[in-house]
Amino acid sequence: MSTIKTVGVAGAGTMGAGIAIVAARAGFRTILYDTRQDTLDRARRQTEGFFAKSVQRGKLTAEAVETIMGNLIGTTDIAAMAECDVVIEAIFEDLKVKHGLFSDLNAVCPPHTIFASNTSTLSITEIAGGSGRPERVVGMHFCLPAQLMKLIEMSPGLTTSPEVFDAAWKFAEAMGQRPVKTKDNPGFILNYFLVPFNNDAIRMVEAGVAEPADIDRAIKAGLGYPMGPLELLDLIGLDTQLLLCEALHGVTNDPRAACPPLVKRMIAANHLGRKTGRGFYTYEKDAMFGG
Amino acid sequence: MSYQLIDTGNSRSFPAAHALLDGASASGEVVVLIGADAGSALNDVTARAERAAILVELGTESLGTHTGESRGTEGSNVLGFARFRLGDGNPSDLVELVRQPATPDSAIAAARAVLEGAGLKVAVCGDFAGRIIDRLIRPYYNASLRRLDEQLATADDLDLTLRLGLGYPEGPISLLERTGLAHHYDVTSALFETLGTPDYAPARRAVVAKRRAGKGFK
Ligand SMILES: NC(=O)c1ccc[n+]([C@@H]2O[C@H](COP(=O)([O-])OP(=O)(O)OC[C@H]3O[C@@H](n4cnc5c(N)ncnc54)[C@H](O)[C@@H]3O)[C@@H](O)[C@H]2O)c1
Repeated sequence: MSTIKTVGVAGAGTMGAGIAIVAARAGFRTILYDTRQDTLDRARRQTEGFFAKSVQRGKLTAEAVETIMGNLIGTTDIAAMAECDVVIEAIFEDLKVKHGLFSDLNAVCPPHTIFASNTSTLSITEIAGGSGRPERVVGMHFCLPAQLMKLIEMSPGLTTSPEVFDAAWKFAEAMGQRPVKTKDNPGFILNYFLVPFNNDAIRMVEAGVAEPADIDRAIKAGLGYPMGPLELLDLIGLDTQLLLCEALHGVTNDPRAACPPLVKRMIAANHLGRKTGRGFYTYEKDAMFGG
Repeated sequence: MSYQLIDTGNSRSFPAAHALLDGASASGEVVVLIGADAGSALNDVTARAERAAILVELGTESLGTHTGESRGTEGSNVLGFARFRLGDGNPSDLVELVRQPATPDSAIAAARAVLEGAGLKVAVCGDFAGRIIDRLIRPYYNASLRRLDEQLATADDLDLTLRLGLGYPEGPISLLERTGLAHHYDVTSALFETLGTPDYAPARRAVVAKRRAGKGFK
Protein backbone atom coordinates (compact mmCIF):
# COMPACT_ATOMS: atom_id res chain seq x y z
CA MET A 1 0.00 0.00 0.00
CA SER A 2 1.15 3.44 -0.83
CA THR A 3 0.96 6.16 1.81
CA ILE A 4 1.25 8.76 -0.89
CA LYS A 5 -1.85 10.93 -1.27
CA THR A 6 -0.74 14.09 -2.99
CA VAL A 7 1.55 14.04 -6.02
CA GLY A 8 3.51 16.98 -7.37
CA VAL A 9 4.70 17.14 -10.96
CA ALA A 10 7.24 19.84 -11.79
CA GLY A 11 7.37 20.86 -15.44
CA ALA A 12 4.19 20.88 -17.55
CA GLY A 13 5.85 20.17 -20.89
CA THR A 14 5.54 17.05 -23.05
CA MET A 15 6.39 14.62 -20.27
CA GLY A 16 5.09 16.47 -17.22
CA ALA A 17 1.60 16.94 -18.68
CA GLY A 18 1.43 13.19 -19.41
CA ILE A 19 2.75 12.19 -15.99
CA ALA A 20 0.17 14.42 -14.30
CA ILE A 21 -2.56 12.61 -16.26
CA VAL A 22 -1.24 9.24 -15.03
CA ALA A 23 -1.21 10.36 -11.38
CA ALA A 24 -4.60 12.10 -11.46
CA ARG A 25 -6.25 9.25 -13.36
CA ALA A 26 -5.10 6.85 -10.65
CA GLY A 27 -6.96 8.92 -8.05
CA PHE A 28 -4.12 10.97 -6.58
CA ARG A 29 -4.57 14.63 -5.84
CA THR A 30 -2.10 16.07 -8.33
CA ILE A 31 -0.43 19.46 -8.41
CA LEU A 32 1.25 20.41 -11.68
CA TYR A 33 3.84 23.15 -11.31
CA ASP A 34 5.58 25.12 -14.05
CA THR A 35 7.22 28.54 -14.09
CA ARG A 36 5.16 29.46 -17.15
CA GLN A 37 1.40 30.01 -17.06
CA ASP A 38 1.03 29.51 -20.83
CA THR A 39 2.55 26.03 -20.51
CA LEU A 40 0.11 25.18 -17.73
CA ASP A 41 -2.78 26.44 -19.87
CA ARG A 42 -1.66 24.28 -22.77
CA ALA A 43 -1.31 21.24 -20.51
CA ARG A 44 -4.84 21.85 -19.21
CA ARG A 45 -6.24 22.03 -22.76
CA GLN A 46 -4.39 18.88 -23.80
CA THR A 47 -5.53 17.05 -20.68
CA GLU A 48 -9.17 18.00 -21.24
CA GLY A 49 -8.88 16.81 -24.85
CA PHE A 50 -7.29 13.54 -23.75
CA PHE A 51 -9.98 12.77 -21.19
CA ALA A 52 -12.74 13.77 -23.63
CA LYS A 53 -11.45 11.00 -25.91
CA SER A 54 -11.28 8.56 -22.98
CA VAL A 55 -14.98 9.25 -22.40
CA GLN A 56 -15.79 8.87 -26.11
CA ARG A 57 -14.03 5.53 -26.17
CA GLY A 58 -15.88 4.36 -23.09
CA LYS A 59 -12.75 4.05 -20.98
CA LEU A 60 -13.92 6.58 -18.40
CA THR A 61 -17.30 8.04 -17.46
CA ALA A 62 -17.93 11.78 -17.63
CA GLU A 63 -18.38 11.79 -13.83
CA ALA A 64 -15.03 10.07 -13.30
CA VAL A 65 -13.34 12.66 -15.50
CA GLU A 66 -14.99 15.46 -13.54
CA THR A 67 -13.57 14.03 -10.31
CA ILE A 68 -10.12 13.58 -11.87
CA MET A 69 -10.06 17.13 -13.25
CA GLY A 70 -11.19 18.43 -9.85
CA ASN A 71 -8.16 16.75 -8.30
CA LEU A 72 -5.72 18.14 -10.85
CA ILE A 73 -4.43 21.60 -10.06
CA GLY A 74 -2.02 23.76 -12.04
CA THR A 75 0.16 26.36 -10.37
CA THR A 76 3.10 28.68 -10.96
CA ASP A 77 3.61 29.03 -7.20
CA ILE A 78 6.20 26.61 -5.86
CA ALA A 79 4.81 27.07 -2.32
CA ALA A 80 1.80 24.99 -3.41
CA MET A 81 4.11 21.95 -3.52
CA ALA A 82 4.26 21.96 0.31
CA GLU A 83 1.37 19.48 0.35
CA CYS A 84 3.10 16.86 -1.80
CA ASP A 85 4.19 13.43 -0.55
CA VAL A 86 6.16 12.93 -3.74
CA VAL A 87 7.32 15.32 -6.47
CA ILE A 88 8.22 14.01 -9.92
CA GLU A 89 10.30 16.49 -11.86
CA ALA A 90 10.11 16.65 -15.65
CA ILE A 91 11.81 20.01 -16.28
CA PHE A 92 14.69 20.81 -18.65
CA GLU A 93 17.39 18.16 -18.97
CA ASP A 94 20.07 20.21 -17.25
CA LEU A 95 21.78 19.28 -13.99
CA LYS A 96 22.04 22.87 -12.72
CA VAL A 97 18.38 23.58 -13.44
CA LYS A 98 17.32 20.37 -11.71
CA HIS A 99 19.54 21.18 -8.68
CA GLY A 100 17.94 24.63 -8.54
CA LEU A 101 14.42 23.19 -8.55
CA PHE A 102 15.12 20.52 -5.96
CA SER A 103 16.86 22.87 -3.54
CA ASP A 104 13.86 25.21 -3.77
CA LEU A 105 11.51 22.27 -3.26
CA ASN A 106 13.63 21.07 -0.35
CA ALA A 107 12.89 24.33 1.44
CA VAL A 108 9.15 24.12 0.69
CA CYS A 109 8.30 20.41 1.12
CA PRO A 110 8.09 18.49 4.40
CA PRO A 111 10.98 16.15 5.23
CA HIS A 112 9.12 12.99 4.19
CA THR A 113 8.50 14.12 0.59
CA ILE A 114 10.17 11.90 -2.00
CA PHE A 115 11.84 13.57 -4.98
CA ALA A 116 11.70 11.62 -8.23
CA SER A 117 13.42 12.59 -11.45
CA ASN A 118 12.25 11.72 -14.96
CA THR A 119 15.72 12.44 -16.39
CA SER A 120 16.68 10.45 -19.49
CA THR A 121 20.45 10.82 -19.37
CA LEU A 122 21.60 12.48 -16.14
CA SER A 123 22.79 10.53 -13.11
CA ILE A 124 20.28 10.12 -10.29
CA THR A 125 23.15 10.24 -7.79
CA GLU A 126 24.37 13.55 -9.23
CA ILE A 127 20.87 15.02 -9.18
CA ALA A 128 20.46 13.77 -5.59
CA GLY A 129 23.75 15.44 -4.64
CA GLY A 130 22.27 18.92 -5.16
CA SER A 131 18.83 18.22 -3.72
CA GLY A 132 19.43 18.74 -0.02
CA ARG A 133 17.97 15.27 0.69
CA PRO A 134 20.07 12.77 -1.27
CA GLU A 135 18.62 9.72 0.49
CA ARG A 136 15.10 10.61 -0.72
CA VAL A 137 15.80 10.99 -4.45
CA VAL A 138 14.93 8.26 -6.94
CA GLY A 139 14.88 7.86 -10.71
CA MET A 140 11.47 7.36 -12.35
CA HIS A 141 11.87 7.39 -16.09
CA PHE A 142 8.53 7.41 -17.91
CA CYS A 143 8.20 6.75 -21.65
CA LEU A 144 6.73 9.10 -24.24
CA PRO A 145 3.71 9.45 -24.41
CA ALA A 146 3.53 9.01 -20.64
CA GLN A 147 -0.28 8.93 -20.49
CA LEU A 148 -0.30 5.80 -22.71
CA MET A 149 2.94 3.97 -21.90
CA LYS A 150 2.94 1.72 -18.85
CA LEU A 151 6.68 1.32 -18.35
CA ILE A 152 8.69 3.20 -15.73
CA GLU A 153 12.43 2.51 -15.44
CA MET A 154 13.22 2.96 -11.76
CA SER A 155 16.68 3.42 -10.38
CA PRO A 156 18.11 4.16 -6.97
CA GLY A 157 21.14 6.45 -6.78
CA LEU A 158 24.13 5.54 -4.61
CA THR A 159 22.61 7.53 -1.76
CA THR A 160 18.95 6.50 -2.11
CA SER A 161 17.59 4.72 0.95
CA PRO A 162 16.00 1.32 0.24
CA GLU A 163 12.79 2.37 2.05
CA VAL A 164 12.41 5.36 -0.25
CA PHE A 165 12.99 3.24 -3.33
CA ASP A 166 10.43 0.76 -2.08
CA ALA A 167 7.86 3.47 -1.39
CA ALA A 168 8.40 4.97 -4.85
CA TRP A 169 8.04 1.51 -6.42
CA LYS A 170 4.70 0.94 -4.68
CA PHE A 171 3.60 4.40 -5.73
CA ALA A 172 4.43 3.54 -9.36
CA GLU A 173 2.31 0.42 -9.10
CA ALA A 174 -0.50 2.36 -7.41
CA MET A 175 -0.53 4.63 -10.49
CA GLY A 176 -1.21 1.52 -12.58
CA GLN A 177 2.26 1.58 -14.14
CA ARG A 178 4.74 -1.26 -14.64
CA PRO A 179 8.01 -0.38 -12.87
CA VAL A 180 11.24 -2.11 -13.87
CA LYS A 181 14.29 -1.92 -11.64
CA THR A 182 17.53 -0.79 -13.20
CA LYS A 183 20.71 0.93 -12.16
CA ASP A 184 21.73 4.58 -12.06
CA ASN A 185 23.45 4.04 -15.34
CA PRO A 186 23.64 6.44 -18.33
CA GLY A 187 20.47 5.97 -20.38
CA PHE A 188 19.12 3.33 -17.97
CA ILE A 189 17.95 0.46 -20.19
CA LEU A 190 16.01 1.96 -23.08
CA ASN A 191 18.23 4.83 -24.10
CA TYR A 192 21.35 2.85 -23.32
CA PHE A 193 20.33 0.42 -26.07
CA LEU A 194 18.35 2.70 -28.36
CA VAL A 195 20.69 5.66 -28.86
CA PRO A 196 23.67 3.59 -30.12
CA PHE A 197 21.34 1.34 -32.15
CA ASN A 198 19.91 4.37 -33.93
CA ASN A 199 23.43 5.73 -34.46
CA ASP A 200 24.42 2.43 -36.07
CA ALA A 201 21.48 2.78 -38.47
CA ILE A 202 22.57 6.34 -39.32
CA ARG A 203 26.13 5.12 -39.97
CA MET A 204 24.73 2.49 -42.34
CA VAL A 205 23.04 5.23 -44.36
CA GLU A 206 26.25 7.24 -44.23
CA ALA A 207 28.29 4.24 -45.44
CA GLY A 208 25.85 3.52 -48.26
CA VAL A 209 24.98 0.04 -47.00
CA ALA A 210 21.34 0.64 -47.98
CA GLU A 211 18.75 3.38 -48.45
CA PRO A 212 16.75 4.46 -45.34
CA ALA A 213 13.55 2.89 -46.69
CA ASP A 214 15.31 -0.45 -47.28
CA ILE A 215 16.82 -0.43 -43.78
CA ASP A 216 13.45 0.35 -42.19
CA ARG A 217 11.65 -2.27 -44.29
CA ALA A 218 14.24 -4.92 -43.37
CA ILE A 219 14.01 -4.20 -39.65
CA LYS A 220 10.20 -4.17 -39.62
CA ALA A 221 9.66 -7.23 -41.82
CA GLY A 222 12.65 -9.19 -40.53
CA LEU A 223 12.23 -8.55 -36.81
CA GLY A 224 8.64 -7.35 -36.40
CA TYR A 225 9.64 -3.99 -34.91
CA PRO A 226 6.75 -1.50 -35.11
CA MET A 227 8.97 1.19 -36.66
CA GLY A 228 12.25 1.23 -38.51
CA PRO A 229 15.15 3.13 -36.88
CA LEU A 230 15.19 5.93 -39.45
CA GLU A 231 11.44 6.58 -39.27
CA LEU A 232 11.81 6.60 -35.50
CA LEU A 233 14.71 9.09 -35.70
CA ASP A 234 12.58 11.40 -37.86
CA LEU A 235 9.98 11.29 -35.09
CA ILE A 236 12.49 11.82 -32.26
CA GLY A 237 14.17 14.64 -34.20
CA LEU A 238 17.81 14.71 -35.29
CA ASP A 239 18.48 17.65 -32.93
CA THR A 240 17.26 15.56 -30.00
CA GLN A 241 19.39 12.64 -31.15
CA LEU A 242 22.43 14.92 -31.04
CA LEU A 243 21.64 15.91 -27.45
CA LEU A 244 21.12 12.27 -26.44
CA CYS A 245 24.44 11.31 -28.06
CA GLU A 246 26.31 14.12 -26.35
CA ALA A 247 24.85 13.20 -22.98
CA LEU A 248 25.53 9.48 -23.31
CA HIS A 249 28.87 9.62 -25.06
CA GLY A 250 30.02 12.28 -22.60
CA VAL A 251 29.74 9.78 -19.75
CA THR A 252 30.32 6.40 -21.39
CA ASN A 253 32.82 7.19 -24.16
CA ASP A 254 31.21 4.30 -26.03
CA PRO A 255 32.10 4.88 -29.71
CA ARG A 256 28.64 3.69 -30.76
CA ALA A 257 27.10 6.50 -28.68
CA ALA A 258 29.17 9.17 -30.46
CA CYS A 259 27.09 11.34 -32.76
CA PRO A 260 27.56 10.33 -36.43
CA PRO A 261 28.73 13.24 -38.63
CA LEU A 262 25.63 12.87 -40.84
CA VAL A 263 23.44 14.03 -37.93
CA LYS A 264 25.31 17.32 -37.72
CA ARG A 265 25.05 17.82 -41.49
CA MET A 266 21.32 17.13 -41.38
CA ILE A 267 20.87 19.60 -38.52
CA ALA A 268 22.81 22.23 -40.49
CA ALA A 269 20.45 21.63 -43.44
CA ASN A 270 17.42 21.88 -41.12
CA HIS A 271 16.52 18.27 -41.90
CA LEU A 272 15.45 17.64 -38.32
CA GLY A 273 12.77 15.06 -39.10
CA ARG A 274 8.99 15.31 -39.08
CA LYS A 275 8.94 18.65 -37.34
CA THR A 276 10.68 20.41 -40.26
CA GLY A 277 9.05 18.27 -42.95
CA ARG A 278 12.28 16.56 -43.85
CA GLY A 279 14.70 14.14 -42.25
CA PHE A 280 15.58 10.76 -43.67
CA TYR A 281 12.20 11.00 -45.41
CA THR A 282 10.21 13.91 -46.79
CA TYR A 283 6.86 14.68 -45.19
CA GLU A 284 3.91 16.68 -46.33
CA LYS A 285 1.71 17.36 -43.34
CA ASP A 286 1.53 13.96 -41.65
CA ALA A 287 1.73 11.72 -44.70
CA MET A 288 5.01 10.00 -45.37
CA PHE A 289 6.79 9.95 -48.70
CA GLY A 290 9.69 7.85 -49.92
CA GLY A 291 8.73 4.90 -47.71
CA MET B 1 8.68 -13.64 -64.78
CA SER B 2 9.68 -17.29 -65.25
CA TYR B 3 12.57 -18.68 -63.23
CA GLN B 4 14.60 -21.80 -62.89
CA LEU B 5 15.62 -23.16 -59.48
CA ILE B 6 18.85 -24.96 -58.70
CA ASP B 7 18.86 -26.49 -55.21
CA THR B 8 22.23 -27.56 -53.80
CA GLY B 9 20.61 -28.77 -50.56
CA ASN B 10 20.37 -27.51 -46.97
CA SER B 11 19.04 -24.07 -47.82
CA ARG B 12 18.77 -21.85 -44.73
CA SER B 13 16.35 -19.56 -46.55
CA PHE B 14 14.01 -22.32 -47.70
CA PRO B 15 14.07 -25.21 -45.22
CA ALA B 16 10.40 -26.02 -45.93
CA ALA B 17 7.78 -25.75 -48.67
CA HIS B 18 7.40 -22.22 -50.06
CA ALA B 19 5.72 -20.46 -52.96
CA LEU B 20 9.14 -19.60 -54.39
CA LEU B 21 10.01 -23.29 -54.69
CA ASP B 22 6.60 -24.16 -56.13
CA GLY B 23 6.67 -21.45 -58.76
CA ALA B 24 9.88 -22.52 -60.50
CA SER B 25 9.95 -23.91 -64.06
CA ALA B 26 12.47 -26.02 -65.99
CA SER B 27 14.02 -23.00 -67.61
CA GLY B 28 13.54 -19.26 -67.23
CA GLU B 29 14.79 -15.69 -67.61
CA VAL B 30 15.93 -15.72 -64.00
CA VAL B 31 17.90 -18.42 -62.17
CA VAL B 32 17.64 -18.87 -58.42
CA LEU B 33 20.44 -20.83 -56.75
CA ILE B 34 19.70 -21.99 -53.23
CA GLY B 35 21.39 -24.17 -50.64
CA ALA B 36 24.61 -24.25 -48.70
CA ASP B 37 26.64 -24.56 -51.91
CA ALA B 38 24.68 -22.09 -54.04
CA GLY B 39 27.76 -20.00 -54.87
CA SER B 40 29.67 -22.92 -56.36
CA ALA B 41 26.67 -23.84 -58.52
CA LEU B 42 27.05 -20.52 -60.31
CA ASN B 43 29.43 -22.24 -62.73
CA ASP B 44 26.70 -24.72 -63.69
CA VAL B 45 24.34 -22.01 -64.97
CA THR B 46 24.13 -22.08 -68.76
CA ALA B 47 23.79 -18.96 -70.92
CA ARG B 48 24.73 -16.79 -67.95
CA ALA B 49 25.01 -13.54 -69.85
CA GLU B 50 21.51 -13.83 -71.32
CA ARG B 51 19.74 -14.17 -67.99
CA ALA B 52 17.78 -11.21 -66.61
CA ALA B 53 19.16 -12.02 -63.17
CA ILE B 54 20.91 -14.85 -61.35
CA LEU B 55 20.27 -15.00 -57.60
CA VAL B 56 22.74 -16.71 -55.32
CA GLU B 57 21.75 -17.58 -51.76
CA LEU B 58 24.37 -16.26 -49.36
CA GLY B 59 25.41 -17.27 -45.87
CA THR B 60 27.60 -14.80 -44.00
CA GLU B 61 29.93 -14.40 -46.98
CA SER B 62 30.02 -11.49 -49.45
CA LEU B 63 28.59 -11.83 -52.95
CA GLY B 64 32.07 -10.92 -54.22
CA THR B 65 33.34 -14.29 -52.95
CA HIS B 66 31.41 -15.87 -55.84
CA THR B 67 31.59 -13.19 -58.52
CA GLY B 68 35.06 -11.81 -57.98
CA GLU B 69 35.67 -8.08 -57.51
CA SER B 70 37.48 -5.39 -59.46
CA ARG B 71 38.43 -2.13 -57.76
CA GLY B 72 34.88 -1.09 -56.92
CA THR B 73 33.58 -1.42 -60.48
CA GLU B 74 32.20 -4.95 -60.07
CA GLY B 75 28.56 -5.69 -60.79
CA SER B 76 26.64 -7.92 -63.21
CA ASN B 77 23.37 -9.77 -63.48
CA VAL B 78 24.45 -11.91 -60.50
CA LEU B 79 22.90 -10.84 -57.18
CA GLY B 80 23.11 -12.28 -53.70
CA PHE B 81 20.18 -12.88 -51.41
CA ALA B 82 19.14 -14.44 -48.12
CA ARG B 83 15.89 -14.64 -46.27
CA PHE B 84 16.53 -13.18 -42.84
CA ARG B 85 16.52 -15.88 -40.20
CA LEU B 86 17.77 -15.94 -36.62
CA GLY B 87 19.46 -19.22 -35.72
CA ASP B 88 16.92 -22.02 -35.35
CA GLY B 89 13.98 -19.64 -35.71
CA ASN B 90 11.74 -19.75 -38.78
CA PRO B 91 12.84 -17.67 -41.77
CA SER B 92 11.11 -14.28 -41.96
CA ASP B 93 9.43 -12.94 -45.09
CA LEU B 94 12.23 -10.46 -45.52
CA VAL B 95 14.81 -11.02 -48.24
CA GLU B 96 17.98 -8.97 -48.28
CA LEU B 97 18.91 -8.59 -51.95
CA VAL B 98 22.60 -7.86 -52.43
CA ARG B 99 23.89 -5.71 -55.26
CA GLN B 100 27.35 -4.55 -56.24
CA PRO B 101 28.34 -1.02 -57.32
CA ALA B 102 27.73 -1.63 -61.05
CA THR B 103 24.78 -4.03 -60.82
CA PRO B 104 22.28 -2.92 -63.51
CA ASP B 105 18.86 -1.72 -62.31
CA SER B 106 17.23 -4.19 -64.70
CA ALA B 107 18.77 -7.14 -62.82
CA ILE B 108 17.53 -5.76 -59.50
CA ALA B 109 14.05 -5.27 -60.96
CA ALA B 110 13.94 -8.85 -62.31
CA ALA B 111 15.12 -10.30 -58.99
CA ARG B 112 12.59 -8.21 -57.10
CA ALA B 113 9.77 -9.36 -59.38
CA VAL B 114 10.55 -13.04 -58.73
CA LEU B 115 10.89 -12.63 -54.95
CA GLU B 116 7.87 -10.38 -54.49
CA GLY B 117 5.89 -12.67 -56.77
CA ALA B 118 6.47 -15.41 -54.19
CA GLY B 119 5.10 -13.18 -51.41
CA LEU B 120 8.46 -12.09 -50.00
CA LYS B 121 9.44 -8.56 -49.01
CA VAL B 122 12.65 -7.19 -50.46
CA ALA B 123 15.24 -4.81 -49.02
CA VAL B 124 18.12 -3.95 -51.35
CA CYS B 125 21.57 -3.48 -49.88
CA GLY B 126 25.19 -3.24 -50.94
CA ASP B 127 27.67 -6.10 -50.56
CA PHE B 128 28.58 -5.28 -46.93
CA ALA B 129 29.40 -7.64 -44.07
CA GLY B 130 26.20 -8.50 -42.24
CA ARG B 131 24.05 -6.88 -44.95
CA ILE B 132 21.35 -4.82 -43.17
CA ILE B 133 19.89 -6.71 -40.25
CA ASP B 134 22.82 -8.65 -38.85
CA ARG B 135 25.04 -5.61 -39.19
CA LEU B 136 22.56 -3.56 -37.19
CA ILE B 137 21.36 -5.98 -34.52
CA ARG B 138 24.42 -8.01 -33.55
CA PRO B 139 26.07 -5.16 -31.59
CA TYR B 140 22.75 -4.61 -29.81
CA TYR B 141 22.51 -8.33 -28.95
CA ASN B 142 26.11 -8.36 -27.72
CA ALA B 143 25.43 -5.27 -25.60
CA SER B 144 22.34 -6.84 -24.04
CA LEU B 145 24.28 -10.02 -23.18
CA ARG B 146 27.07 -7.95 -21.64
CA ARG B 147 24.64 -5.82 -19.67
CA LEU B 148 22.99 -8.96 -18.35
CA ASP B 149 26.39 -10.03 -16.98
CA GLU B 150 26.75 -6.60 -15.40
CA GLN B 151 23.29 -6.93 -13.81
CA LEU B 152 21.85 -3.79 -15.32
CA ALA B 153 18.54 -5.60 -14.77
CA THR B 154 17.28 -9.18 -14.69
CA ALA B 155 16.87 -10.99 -18.02
CA ASP B 156 13.08 -10.76 -17.75
CA ASP B 157 13.17 -7.07 -16.91
CA LEU B 158 15.58 -6.30 -19.77
CA ASP B 159 13.24 -8.06 -22.18
CA LEU B 160 10.13 -6.50 -20.71
CA THR B 161 11.61 -3.00 -20.85
CA LEU B 162 12.46 -3.29 -24.53
CA ARG B 163 9.06 -4.78 -25.36
CA LEU B 164 7.03 -2.21 -23.44
CA GLY B 165 9.28 0.75 -24.19
CA LEU B 166 9.93 0.17 -27.89
CA GLY B 167 7.20 -2.24 -28.95
CA TYR B 168 9.62 -5.01 -29.90
CA PRO B 169 7.75 -8.32 -30.22
CA GLU B 170 10.33 -10.12 -28.12
CA GLY B 171 13.21 -9.03 -25.88
CA PRO B 172 16.81 -9.80 -26.92
CA ILE B 173 17.58 -12.35 -24.20
CA SER B 174 14.55 -14.55 -24.81
CA LEU B 175 14.98 -14.17 -28.59
CA LEU B 176 18.59 -15.37 -28.47
CA GLU B 177 17.71 -18.21 -26.12
CA ARG B 178 14.88 -19.34 -28.36
CA THR B 179 16.87 -19.23 -31.60
CA GLY B 180 20.19 -20.42 -30.19
CA LEU B 181 22.99 -18.39 -28.61
CA ALA B 182 25.60 -20.53 -30.39
CA HIS B 183 24.24 -19.26 -33.74
CA HIS B 184 24.71 -15.71 -32.50
CA TYR B 185 28.32 -16.62 -31.80
CA ASP B 186 28.77 -17.85 -35.39
CA VAL B 187 27.24 -14.80 -37.05
CA THR B 188 28.84 -12.18 -34.86
CA SER B 189 32.26 -13.88 -35.15
CA ALA B 190 31.98 -13.77 -38.94
CA LEU B 191 31.17 -10.06 -38.76
CA PHE B 192 33.97 -9.44 -36.30
CA GLU B 193 36.46 -10.89 -38.75
CA THR B 194 35.58 -8.17 -41.26
CA LEU B 195 34.50 -5.25 -39.09
CA GLY B 196 36.87 -5.74 -36.18
CA THR B 197 35.24 -3.40 -33.66
CA PRO B 198 34.60 -4.66 -30.10
CA ASP B 199 30.82 -4.39 -30.50
CA TYR B 200 30.90 -7.32 -32.94
CA ALA B 201 33.10 -9.49 -30.73
CA PRO B 202 30.91 -12.32 -29.44
CA ALA B 203 29.71 -11.64 -25.89
CA ARG B 204 30.83 -13.99 -23.14
CA ARG B 205 27.50 -15.78 -22.93
CA ALA B 206 27.62 -16.55 -26.65
CA VAL B 207 31.17 -17.92 -26.29
CA VAL B 208 29.99 -20.17 -23.47
CA ALA B 209 27.03 -21.42 -25.52
CA LYS B 210 29.28 -22.14 -28.50
CA ARG B 211 31.83 -24.08 -26.42
CA ARG B 212 29.13 -26.11 -24.72
CA ALA B 213 27.45 -26.86 -28.04
CA GLY B 214 30.86 -28.04 -29.30
CA LYS B 215 31.04 -30.47 -26.40
CA GLY B 216 27.55 -31.74 -27.15
CA PHE B 217 25.88 -29.98 -24.17
CA LYS B 218 22.69 -28.03 -24.58
N1 LIG C 1 10.50 13.99 -24.38
C1 LIG C 1 10.79 12.69 -24.14
O1 LIG C 1 10.65 11.81 -25.00
C2 LIG C 1 11.26 12.29 -22.78
C3 LIG C 1 11.10 10.95 -22.38
C4 LIG C 1 11.49 10.57 -21.10
C5 LIG C 1 12.08 11.50 -20.26
N2 LIG C 1 12.26 12.80 -20.67
C6 LIG C 1 12.84 13.75 -19.70
O2 LIG C 1 11.79 14.50 -19.12
C7 LIG C 1 12.22 15.83 -18.82
C8 LIG C 1 11.30 16.83 -19.50
O3 LIG C 1 11.30 16.61 -20.88
P1 LIG C 1 10.16 17.23 -21.83
O4 LIG C 1 10.39 16.64 -23.18
O5 LIG C 1 8.83 17.11 -21.20
O6 LIG C 1 10.59 18.78 -21.83
P2 LIG C 1 9.73 20.08 -22.22
O7 LIG C 1 10.70 21.09 -22.69
O8 LIG C 1 8.57 19.71 -23.08
O9 LIG C 1 9.11 20.56 -20.82
C9 LIG C 1 9.89 21.08 -19.78
C10 LIG C 1 9.01 22.01 -18.96
O10 LIG C 1 9.69 22.33 -17.74
C11 LIG C 1 9.42 23.69 -17.43
N3 LIG C 1 10.50 24.14 -16.55
C12 LIG C 1 11.79 24.38 -16.86
N4 LIG C 1 12.49 24.74 -15.77
C13 LIG C 1 11.61 24.73 -14.74
C14 LIG C 1 11.73 25.00 -13.34
N5 LIG C 1 12.90 25.34 -12.80
N6 LIG C 1 10.64 24.86 -12.58
C15 LIG C 1 9.45 24.49 -13.13
N7 LIG C 1 9.28 24.24 -14.43
C16 LIG C 1 10.35 24.35 -15.22
C17 LIG C 1 9.38 24.38 -18.75
O11 LIG C 1 8.65 25.61 -18.68
C18 LIG C 1 8.69 23.33 -19.64
O12 LIG C 1 7.30 23.50 -19.64
C19 LIG C 1 13.69 15.88 -19.22
O13 LIG C 1 14.48 15.58 -18.10
C20 LIG C 1 13.79 14.77 -20.27
O14 LIG C 1 15.09 14.25 -20.34
C21 LIG C 1 11.84 13.20 -21.90
